[in-house]
Amino acid sequence: MFDLAPAITEIFLAGVALALLMVGAFRGEEPGASRLVSPLVVMALVIGMFLLLTGDQARALTFAGQFVNDGFAVYLKVLVLLGAALCLIMTPTFLHQEGIERYEFPVLALLATVGMLMMISANSLIALYLGLELQSLALYVMTSFHRDQTRSTEAGLKYFVLGALASGLLLYGCSLVYGFTGTLSFELLARELQPAADGTVSVSAGVLVGLVFVAAGLAFKLSAVPFHMWTPDVYEGAPTPVTAFLAAAPKVAAIGLTLRVFYDPFGGWVGQWQQIIVFISVASMLLGAFAAIGQSNIKRLMAYSSIGHVGYALVGFAAGTPQGVYSVLVYMAIYVAMTVGAFGCILVMRRHGRALEQIDDLSGLGRTQPLLAAALAIFMFSLAGIPPLAGFFGKLYVFLAAIEADLVPLAVIGVLTSVIGAYYYLKVVKVMYFDEAEDSLDRPIGREFAVIIGGTAIFNIVFCLYPSPLLSQAQSAAAALLS
Amino acid sequence: MSEWPLLSLVIFLPLAGAGFILLIRGEPDVVAQNARSVALWTASITFLLSLLIWANFDPSIGGFQLVERREWFAGFNISYHVGIDGISLFLVLLSTLTTLVCVVISWESVQIRVKEYMVAFLIMETFMVGVFCALDVVLFYLFFEGILIPMFLIIGIWGGPRRIYSAFKFFLYTLAGSVLFLVAILVMYLQTGSTDIPTLIAADYDPILQRWLWLAMFASFAVKVPMWPFHTWLPDAHVEAPTAGSVVLAAILLKLGGYGYLRFSLPMLPDASEFFTPLVYALSIVAIVYTSLVALMQTDMKKLIAYSSVAHMGIVTIGIFTLNPLGIQGSIIQMLSHGFVSAALFMVVGVVYDRIHSREIASYGGLAERMPFYATVFMLFMLASVGLPGTSGFVGEILVIIGVFQVNSWVAALAATGMILGAAYMLWLYRRVIFGALVQEHLKLIRDLRWHEMAAFAPLALLVLLMGIYPALFLDPMAATVDRLLIEAQATAPTELASQSLSSR
Repeated sequence: MFDLAPAITEIFLAGVALALLMVGAFRGEEPGASRLVSPLVVMALVIGMFLLLTGDQARALTFAGQFVNDGFAVYLKVLVLLGAALCLIMTPTFLHQEGIERYEFPVLALLATVGMLMMISANSLIALYLGLELQSLALYVMTSFHRDQTRSTEAGLKYFVLGALASGLLLYGCSLVYGFTGTLSFELLARELQPAADGTVSVSAGVLVGLVFVAAGLAFKLSAVPFHMWTPDVYEGAPTPVTAFLAAAPKVAAIGLTLRVFYDPFGGWVGQWQQIIVFISVASMLLGAFAAIGQSNIKRLMAYSSIGHVGYALVGFAAGTPQGVYSVLVYMAIYVAMTVGAFGCILVMRRHGRALEQIDDLSGLGRTQPLLAAALAIFMFSLAGIPPLAGFFGKLYVFLAAIEADLVPLAVIGVLTSVIGAYYYLKVVKVMYFDEAEDSLDRPIGREFAVIIGGTAIFNIVFCLYPSPLLSQAQSAAAALLS
Repeated sequence: MSEWPLLSLVIFLPLAGAGFILLIRGEPDVVAQNARSVALWTASITFLLSLLIWANFDPSIGGFQLVERREWFAGFNISYHVGIDGISLFLVLLSTLTTLVCVVISWESVQIRVKEYMVAFLIMETFMVGVFCALDVVLFYLFFEGILIPMFLIIGIWGGPRRIYSAFKFFLYTLAGSVLFLVAILVMYLQTGSTDIPTLIAADYDPILQRWLWLAMFASFAVKVPMWPFHTWLPDAHVEAPTAGSVVLAAILLKLGGYGYLRFSLPMLPDASEFFTPLVYALSIVAIVYTSLVALMQTDMKKLIAYSSVAHMGIVTIGIFTLNPLGIQGSIIQMLSHGFVSAALFMVVGVVYDRIHSREIASYGGLAERMPFYATVFMLFMLASVGLPGTSGFVGEILVIIGVFQVNSWVAALAATGMILGAAYMLWLYRRVIFGALVQEHLKLIRDLRWHEMAAFAPLALLVLLMGIYPALFLDPMAATVDRLLIEAQATAPTELASQSLSSR
């Protein structure tokens, strides 16, 4: 018998998902089932976080070395669980208002989360693919959950078709790597690909082509340019809680997985993959900055914003140094806090019971709902990276890592695109504060929204006062990946 | 050294006041009145505390004083480190005074969203004082950029008709400059392993790297100053901002550029500063001559004063890069003087704007008949702006011009044309607004200065005269600091300039 302890969180959450599926099946279609299942899922996620934090954080393998748990995985998993839990807390009200309350939704979200945890802990190409597919399939269904709405089903279908293509690319890449190295395990791959004693790297063309395909597949999951095409449509079409979920949790998992693949088995090949990451990063930052300018739908705006933010995270990634990993981990934590808060504000944008998505609908929010407007303004300034808000420190660290790795031009492009990006974040602030007031949005906002929006806004403000806890966690997580 | 953290208190007291205002609830009128009172009290107490800084300041020390230091980013050598020297002392005082004046002049002219307005000003005061006290680059940058948020909102919410365009232009322009400064900070951090300003000053950088770093910093400070051709945001921002917003912009935000040169460019990058001195001179001369000519042709009073700001700041940048004590002391005095004078001139425009709601010069004329006090106040500040002996403007300009004359007499001659052109546009403005016959119908019932307006002008008028008559009061505390700065700013290869600056004492 092998020891399953490293995977206990995933096993627990998967068990809960299956059990809740049974509960739902016996309670039938009645809305009560959803109301019962949702809090249970959130509770399961919290217990999962507890299991992770109390569990052993030393590097441990299971499932014949296919699954690894270490400090790096724990850090990212807690982040994923936190993002998922916050999004799911905000979901039931929305589903109820839209009349699509079904118990499958929280269960699917839970399964997607299990997939993300698997991705983070993947230690072989097969485990990587399994985690990715579990996550993706659940997300496809969630995207098209508003099945009576064309936009939602269209988004789901688009996401599925393009996602399947990306999975194909990824699998093809994996098979090439396997074919040329003869192994799927990250550890054996790392040994196979490590530089010779004199520092020279013998590059096999087949493995390199495989790596490029893997990078393409992962870039799709990250929604990085040039594999970003699905993002705006899916973000716009999906029910808003799903968009929030998509923006927060899977992005963290995908970054974690990509970090592990590139830094662990391909860690000796920094010189080979650095240019790919640099290109993806620059393209994402540029597209995120320019394409968002013309958007009038706030969900689409957030889609381009998320593409831009992936670009910034990849600036740190491209450094190929421990400092780079560290900066990406800090960035993702801050990104989740900003994104969840911003989507919290978007979720409460309703007037006369109807959900609103246009930026202009926020007109005069600064007068009608000053607190909500102040919170959204904080998220926007933070996303734009204006100090003293948290978003600035995220950018500071990735640029620092890039400059340390002699990637000064990349950092310069990064700071310049952040100026262009600031324009559209400011536009949201402008609509709220400078434009004439429209009718007030529906009031009062639910208590769960108030708590989450308020909490994340306060995090964005006070991060500059107490940065050390998060920074030291990220530091040890980065050290765990590279040990 | 005082026992308690005086600087932190001055930095964060306004923030506490802002937090307190946010908690005020009740009827709109009552809230507005209470917000005004709390803001006035906070600004007054902060100003009095900042006077304590002056009292505790030892003018014989050239280094940093009242230093506070606390661990901030563990493991990154980034700390909360504040302190002041002879250069920042008066800029801190200028910030606290300006905020107090702004609260007073906004007492009646701002009637909508008073609570948010006062909160924005108090938060801005925290950032302004913080930026001049910061002795850690990251802390400096935090305050430096943070100012953009309240200022953006102030222009955008309480500004004039084209406020949105101006607010965006202001924000993006200054942000674009600042981000390159951030890259420079990071490069220097990686070179020295520290973000501590004294450590960064002590470090040596490769001459070629220095030039790149200097240019990156220049991008930031030149936009703030603003130097020609990076000044185009300024007229727009000034014209559309509410009066108090223009006052803060002119009195404090423009000083950030000059302060940046003095705190970063000169002492940290001496070789590059020397290398780029001709560039700075050239741009400053263009700024002085060109913007003075542009100011002559303005029909909008605020725009005219905005362009005159660019010209006056041109004198400041020339003075800074003379790299001799006279020039640098002159430029600091000129910055302070410009802080008083241009703030007061924007208030002068604000007074009549509140009454007539026009900034066009053509809608005024003959105001001396109905507004004698106003005409007197306007005259004092107009003459100070021109640089009449006995006012603060004269001291700054004459010191800079003597300083630059020792270095390059052509630059001095060209800079002096700014004084002549300045006299032309200011006197002409004064003639058109104040003198002549009061013929326009809407001016017949205009009222003279109210008590709170006089109260706002009084300290500025006093300072303008005090600085003009007894400049030693301000020059003495900064002398030791300027000497220290000049030693730090000596290029690694000793040059003629440095020896000259010593002999000129």
